[in-house]
Amino acid sequence: MTVFLLRRLAGLAVVLLVASFLVYGLLYLVPGGPMAFLLGNRSGTPEQIAAIRAQYHLDDPFLVRYATWLGDAVRGDFGSSLVYRQDVSALMSARAATTTFLVGYSTVLIVVVGVAAGTLAGLRRGRVDNVVSAVSSAFLATPTFVIGVVLVIVFALGLGWFPVFGPGEGFGGRLYHLTLPAITLSLGSAAFLARITRASVREELGREHVETARSRGLAESLVIRRHVLRNASIPVITVTGLTVASLIAGSVVVENVFALDGLGSLFVRAILQRDFAVVQAVVLVLVTAFVLVNLVVDLCYKALDPRMSR
Amino acid sequence: MSVHKLHTSDKAESHSADGALLSLRGLGLAVPAGKEWRPLVEEVDLSIGRGEAVGLVGESGSGKSMTARTVLGLTPPGARVTGEIVFDGTPVTGADQRALRALRTRRIAMIFQDPRAHINPVRTIGDFLTEAMIANLEVPAPEAAARAVRLLADVGITDGERRMRQYPHELSGGLLQRVMIASVLAVEPDLVLADEPTTALDVTTQSEVMAILDELRRERGMAMLLITHDLELAAATCDRLAVMYAGRIVETQPATALTSTPRHPYTSGLMLSRPSIDAVVHRLPVIPGRPLAAFEADDGCAFAPRCAHAQGLCHEGRPPVQELDGARVACVRAGELTLQGES
Repeated sequence: MTVFLLRRLAGLAVVLLVASFLVYGLLYLVPGGPMAFLLGNRSGTPEQIAAIRAQYHLDDPFLVRYATWLGDAVRGDFGSSLVYRQDVSALMSARAATTTFLVGYSTVLIVVVGVAAGTLAGLRRGRVDNVVSAVSSAFLATPTFVIGVVLVIVFALGLGWFPVFGPGEGFGGRLYHLTLPAITLSLGSAAFLARITRASVREELGREHVETARSRGLAESLVIRRHVLRNASIPVITVTGLTVASLIAGSVVVENVFALDGLGSLFVRAILQRDFAVVQAVVLVLVTAFVLVNLVVDLCYKALDPRMSR
Repeated sequence: MSVHKLHTSDKAESHSADGALLSLRGLGLAVPAGKEWRPLVEEVDLSIGRGEAVGLVGESGSGKSMTARTVLGLTPPGARVTGEIVFDGTPVTGADQRALRALRTRRIAMIFQDPRAHINPVRTIGDFLTEAMIANLEVPAPEAAARAVRLLADVGITDGERRMRQYPHELSGGLLQRVMIASVLAVEPDLVLADEPTTALDVTTQSEVMAILDELRRERGMAMLLITHDLELAAATCDRLAVMYAGRIVETQPATALTSTPRHPYTSGLMLSRPSIDAVVHRLPVIPGRPLAAFEADDGCAFAPRCAHAQGLCHEGRPPVQELDGARVACVRAGELTLQGES
C-alpha cells in the first residue's frame, strides 16, 4: 500500500512537471511570442522593448526561464498579473475558495442524487426506471446556462428563496448562496451518473455470482447489498472521478451566470486579456486537481476491487 | 478415469417413484419470445432417490441446465414453468418466495460450472464460504470460519487459514471449484445440483475435483443431480443416467445398463462418437447434423432428422416414453433396434 502510494505520488510529480513545461512553453508557441502579449496593440520603441525584455528576463535561455518560473511556482509564487498588477497567488486564493466550495457542494449533490436515482432505477424495473430515465435524459440534454437561468428566474426572482448572485460569507452563507449554482452545475452530471449507475447495477444483477448468492437462499436485500451494489460501484467511482475533475473547469459557465468571482471566471478573463501569468497558474492548479482526483479514484479502486492491486 | 462407481446396485434399486427425494413430472419450461412461448424444456420426468446420483446428459442447448435451475426457481425472467416438481413430498412448483428460499437455504444446493464467474470476485474466499452459514443458518462468525477451514481441508485444501483471506483471482480454477464444493457441503443439503462442475477445469484437475465431489457427497449421504455433456464421466459417477435431447429426456436407465445396451439411437450415437484410448480410429463417427433446441424441433421425433434408423412413423408425432427392460425410452423403434453401446 505504501509502495503503491509512493509510486503514484512520484507519477503525480512527473505529470505535473510535464504539464508545467507544456503550460509554460505554450506562451512561446503562440505566433508573435511573449512580446506580442506584453506589448498588446502598442508598438514600442526599441528602448521600451529592451526594458520589457529585461524585466521579464526574455533574453535568458528558455530553459533557464522555465526553471526560474517553476522554482517560484513551487513556492507558491506564480509571478504577477499583467492586467491586475497583483500577485497571481493572491488573485487566485480568494477565488479558489469559492470554486472549491462550489465544486465540493456539487460533487456531494451529484453523488447523492445520481447514485440514489441510478440504483433505484437499476433495481426497480417499470415506472421508477422510466421516470428516472426520462428525467435524466431531460437534464442531460439541457445546457448548464439554461438550467442556471431557469433556476434563477424560478427560485431566486420568482419565489425569492435564494439570492441571485454573490458567493456569501461564512460556511452557512456560502452554503445558502451557492445552492442554486451548485444545483445548476450538478444536474447534468447527476443525470449522467444516474445512467451509469443504473447500467452498472443492471449488469451486476445479471452476473453469475449473483445467481450463486440467490441459489444459496440469501435474502434479496443481502444479495443486493453485498453482491450487487459493491460490485456495481466500481464503474460509478470512475465516472464520479472524471465528472468531479471536469467540474473544476466546467464551473466557468455557472460562475458567469451567478456572477461568482471564481477560478473559472478568472481563467476566462485571463485568456481574453492575454494575462499569461494567470493562465499558466490556473492551468497548473487545474492539472494538479485533476491528477489528485484521479489518485483518489485509484485508491478507491484498490479498496473496492482486490484485482486492481498488484 | 480415476473415478469409480462404488455401490451402484443398491442405490439404483432403492429408487422408487413415491419415496423419491425429488421428482419431476411432466416438467416444462418456456420463455416468452415476442407473442409466443419458446419451449426450452418439455415433459421431463425424472426422479432422484435419497443419496442417489443421477446423471443428466446432453449437448449444449438440450435443456439440462435449465431443468436443474427450474428446481431451484432460478428461471429466466418471465419464464413459464409447467408440470410438477415435488421435493421430499412437498410440491415446489407454485411455492412462494419464502418456501423457495427455505429450500435453497438448507435442502438443495447448486454447484455451478464456472467458479470464477460464480464466486464474487471482490470478496474473500472466507466471505464466500461463511456467508450462507452466517446469514441463513445463524452460525456465529468465528464458528463459521472454523467450520469453513475444516471443509476446505475436506476438499483437499490444506492451508485453509491462508486461503480464507485470499481473493478468487488468487486461486486456480481447480481450487476455486473445490471452494465451491466446500460451500455446498457447508449447508449439508439433501440434494446437490452439479451443473457441469468440471467442464471449466483442465483435464488433469477434472477427475480430481469430480472424485472429491463424489466421495464427499457419498459420505454425507447427499443425493446428486450431475449435469454434464460427458457421458463417460456421468456413467462413472452416477447410479442412473438420463439422456436429454432437444428439451426432452429420450432415455433413462441405470448407468451400467445404459452404457452396455443403449436403447435410444441418440445415446448410442453419443457413445460411438467418443474417442477411446483403446481403439485407433482415423476419423471418429459423428452424428450428422447439429443438436436442436426444444423450440426448433418439428412435430415428429426431434432426433429423427439426424437418426440413421428413422422411418416414416418417426416423423408423426412425438414418440411416447415406453418401458423396456427397466429402461424408459422415447423411441418408437426402441423394441426392434439393437444398438451398439460401449465398445
